Amino acid sequence: MARYLLTRAWQSALTLLLSTIVVFFGVRALPGDPALALAGEDRSPEALEAIRRHYGLDQPLPVQFAQYVERMVQGDFGVSIRTGTPVSSMLTTALPVTVELSVLAILLATALGVGAGVLAAVRRGRPAEWVANGMALIGLSVPHFWLGLLAILYLSVATGLFPASGFVPILEDPVDNLHHIVLPAVILGTGLAAIIMRQTRSAMLDSLSSDYVRTAKAKGLRPRAVITQHALRNSLIVVVTVVGLQLGGLISGAVVTEQIFGLPGFGKMTIDAVFQRDYPVIQAVVLLTATAYIVINFLVDLLYSVIDPRIRVTGDPA
Amino acid sequence: MTVLTVPMAETGAASITRRTRVLRRLRRNPLAVVSFVVLALAAAIALLSPWIAPYSVDQTDFARTFAPPGTPGHLLGTDDLGRDVLSRIMLGARASLQVGLLAVATSLVIGVPLGLAAGYFRAWDAVISRFTDLLLAFPFLIMAVGLAAIRGASLGNAAVAIGIAQIPGVIRVVRSDTLRLKSLDFVAAAVVDGASDLWVLARHILPNATSVILVQATVAIPAAILGEAVLSFLGLGIQPPSPSLGTMLATAQQFAARAPWAAVLPGVVIMGLALAFNVFGDALRDALDPKGDRR
Amino acid sequence: MTTAERAGAAATVATPVLAVRDLSVSFPTETGNVSAVDGVSLDLAPGEIVGMVGESGCGKSVTAMSIAGLLPGSARISGSVRLNGTELVGTREAALRRVRGKEIAYIFQEPMTSLNPVLTVGRQIGEVLQVHERMSRRAARARAVELLTLVGIPSAAKRVDNYPHQLSGGMRQRVMIAMAVACGPKVLVADEPTTALDVTVQAGILQVLRDLRDRLGTSILVITHDLGVIADIADRVVVMYAGRVVERAAVTDLFAHPYHRYTAGLLSASPTPGRHAGTDRLQEIPGLVPVLSVQPDVCTFADRCPAADGRCRESAPPLEVVAAGSTDHLAACWHPCPSPRSDVEEAHR
Ligand SMILES: Nc1ncnc2c1ncn2[C@@H]1O[C@H](COP(=O)(O)OP(=O)(O)OP(=O)(O)O)[C@@H](O)[C@H]1O
Ligand code: SF4
Ligand SMILES: [Mg+2]
Repeated sequence: MARYLLTRAWQSALTLLLSTIVVFFGVRALPGDPALALAGEDRSPEALEAIRRHYGLDQPLPVQFAQYVERMVQGDFGVSIRTGTPVSSMLTTALPVTVELSVLAILLATALGVGAGVLAAVRRGRPAEWVANGMALIGLSVPHFWLGLLAILYLSVATGLFPASGFVPILEDPVDNLHHIVLPAVILGTGLAAIIMRQTRSAMLDSLSSDYVRTAKAKGLRPRAVITQHALRNSLIVVVTVVGLQLGGLISGAVVTEQIFGLPGFGKMTIDAVFQRDYPVIQAVVLLTATAYIVINFLVDLLYSVIDPRIRVTGDPA
Repeated sequence: MTVLTVPMAETGAASITRRTRVLRRLRRNPLAVVSFVVLALAAAIALLSPWIAPYSVDQTDFARTFAPPGTPGHLLGTDDLGRDVLSRIMLGARASLQVGLLAVATSLVIGVPLGLAAGYFRAWDAVISRFTDLLLAFPFLIMAVGLAAIRGASLGNAAVAIGIAQIPGVIRVVRSDTLRLKSLDFVAAAVVDGASDLWVLARHILPNATSVILVQATVAIPAAILGEAVLSFLGLGIQPPSPSLGTMLATAQQFAARAPWAAVLPGVVIMGLALAFNVFGDALRDALDPKGDRR
Repeated sequence: MTTAERAGAAATVATPVLAVRDLSVSFPTETGNVSAVDGVSLDLAPGEIVGMVGESGCGKSVTAMSIAGLLPGSARISGSVRLNGTELVGTREAALRRVRGKEIAYIFQEPMTSLNPVLTVGRQIGEVLQVHERMSRRAARARAVELLTLVGIPSAAKRVDNYPHQLSGGMRQRVMIAMAVACGPKVLVADEPTTALDVTVQAGILQVLRDLRDRLGTSILVITHDLGVIADIADRVVVMYAGRVVERAAVTDLFAHPYHRYTAGLLSASPTPGRHAGTDRLQEIPGLVPVLSVQPDVCTFADRCPAADGRCRESAPPLEVVAAGSTDHLAACWHPCPSPRSDVEEAHR
């Protein structure tokens, strides 16, 4: 297991380094003088010179990169061109919203997706399977931002059941917070739920026709025990992988969902930054997303090793 | 119970019978037939839309803005600038399909060779895996944000961002199919006969991997269509005044109070297109499954 | 105990633990009906080991699975399976569940895949005891250690916490056996228990099965491709061909004088009884087992039979007593081999 974790840790670190390099060069590929981009309001030659020196733009590339990494590690993402506030402080207010939204969406999607997937596999060839499959196909094909639009138009505005936009921090008023975020989370979770359902279903169909499930039946276990103790346990490995891999899609989805519901999160910040050419913000967003993806998938690998004894004990992934 | 089946395509000569069997299975599946017909119709409309659309997409009529669906002369009504919604939907669907195909073409052109190399040459596997990890770390929207920042927002850049984000999926399926095919006897025989690696890849592995590539492409297109809609909705994709289903939805959101119906149709069209591809992709996968007969 | 003694011991026991009568199974599939088993009858006396042989696809596993109602829901089953007089065919699932694992237990061919990879072997053995004996998890685990010792696993107290992938194929099969005998079943069905193992490991597994019969008095149905296994362990043999029983006899009688032409073919293609066989399989008879959609009223072996004539293709031969001296030797053949085995082999040359 130690070897497995070390390998994974090393691979994650390497990917992290590579993605930092990509972003570093991406920033240099931005149109115009990077000093100009970083300068914000004050574009006097002296200010530009100061920025060049501060960011080491007059140094050779490797040195620049080293300094870049150092700044990023210290959380110095520069200053927003538009607002003049440090990007790091913008992130501290925006991130909690996005994290809450995503976590809630993942929880909802997993509960729904695993439940429906198991049901479809167990009720193979019966109406329940058709319904579950159909819902999953629709969930996979529907543009969820459109669902969000419809939900606002025909649910929030028409019935007033949910607020159409806005956000209340969870520490301020947890109930109101949930009230604001549950609809966006449901909308964001639809696509993920569909993917989880389909993967769970096919993993369950495989497990249900496996030899060890036949053994479990031959032991005289109840169907419920056969499904939960034997078939589902093995299928969960697949579910965990799917959630990890779909994280990218979820981040993309969160950006749009926040935009639609006017949630003041990371996504809204990103889109605003693109239109205002707020490069320091864009850069921070890109780098942070990549880091989050890599770190979370490393955690998923850890979780793997908890679920799958073949990894835990010997270190060979199955 | 282990069933020893050598998929027929792999024996070469039998590939014709396999193709007819797959086609027969598709024809027998009503979902496959319906989704195929929908896709064929959509493709025809998209191809012909510049000629068959009732109005020019840019033709404004400020006397008649926000006409509701059913208005004489404007079957689906008009938008905020008095442009014909039906015409814009037709051309918007055309743009959606364009982005879908362009994105998938991008991902195949890069992903297939890399997948083959990763599966065939052991030494390349680790390097390509890191590359895949790297790509995965940048979700398509973030990729699009980056590209839009560097090169500006456009249909082409949106398609490229989506296509790049789809490369890892292509690499994964091609790699695993290559690994499977490499272990089969006829490939080993070709290697023993002294065939070069490139020859084996091009003549033996790639042709037999086409079915998984085809299925992957069929499910990647709807994902790309949805991606385009998202990007255009956010203003990172197709730029107005070019018609796009995503931008139509963005406009609809803006004018939701005046014309709430405008948000319905473009979404239905996006969903219909994506659904048809996904349903057909499922049917294709089932039809290609060698175990399919037993089920 | 020699084979002869075993056969003699078995013949004296009258009431069978398990009585299968006229069992037929078919599967409706996408490509038409598949008749897998047709009118199979067999008995299992207490403490008896019955071997079942036949080529791949002849319906051995389907017969085995139908005994405790383990076939998929699509299977159409008719006939009767009685366990100590109680009918099992058509019985409610809940009642069958009380039989499975407790009265009738199974061992399967693939020890690699038949155990759940994510649960410890102790847990998997304990599960049976928790379900049928209402044992606590703790007591079940302690009993699992005893059972592992019983089937000859060294340092069982440690192995009990292992996962299947940490054990060798032979050990896994022993775990399967420990699991099967946990509740002291009356009947053990072993579907090709040694096929996936190499020869030396095979011998060990067969020894464990024999021990269990001797110590616990379990009746065992052993399914195999391998006549060597039959010769090694079974008291009586049932030979199947294309879903039907074509010959049934005590092991010694069958090896000495096979009557059915198919059996004769099998034997001429395989080693002498008593010898260990691992490599010799029933493959040398030319032709394939037919997959049938309906069971025709002919001898289904006719196309491959050297002695077939018009009668064989017109009506199915009944399973009848063929040997003059023994009422326990039956075969379904219109033209049974007239002479004992050595001559048969001559004839085949
Ligand atoms: N679920 C099923 N659906 C349809 N046909 C089936 C099913 N299970 C078994 N069969 C068919 O029944 C026949 C008998 O199969 P069975 O598994 O009993 O053979 P076997 O004698 O055990 O062979 P082997 O030695 O290979 O294990 C085969 O033709 C098989 O294809
Ligand atoms: S009945 Fe006829 S065909 Fe069948 S085994 Fe006997 S001799 Fe051969
Ligand atoms: Mg079998």
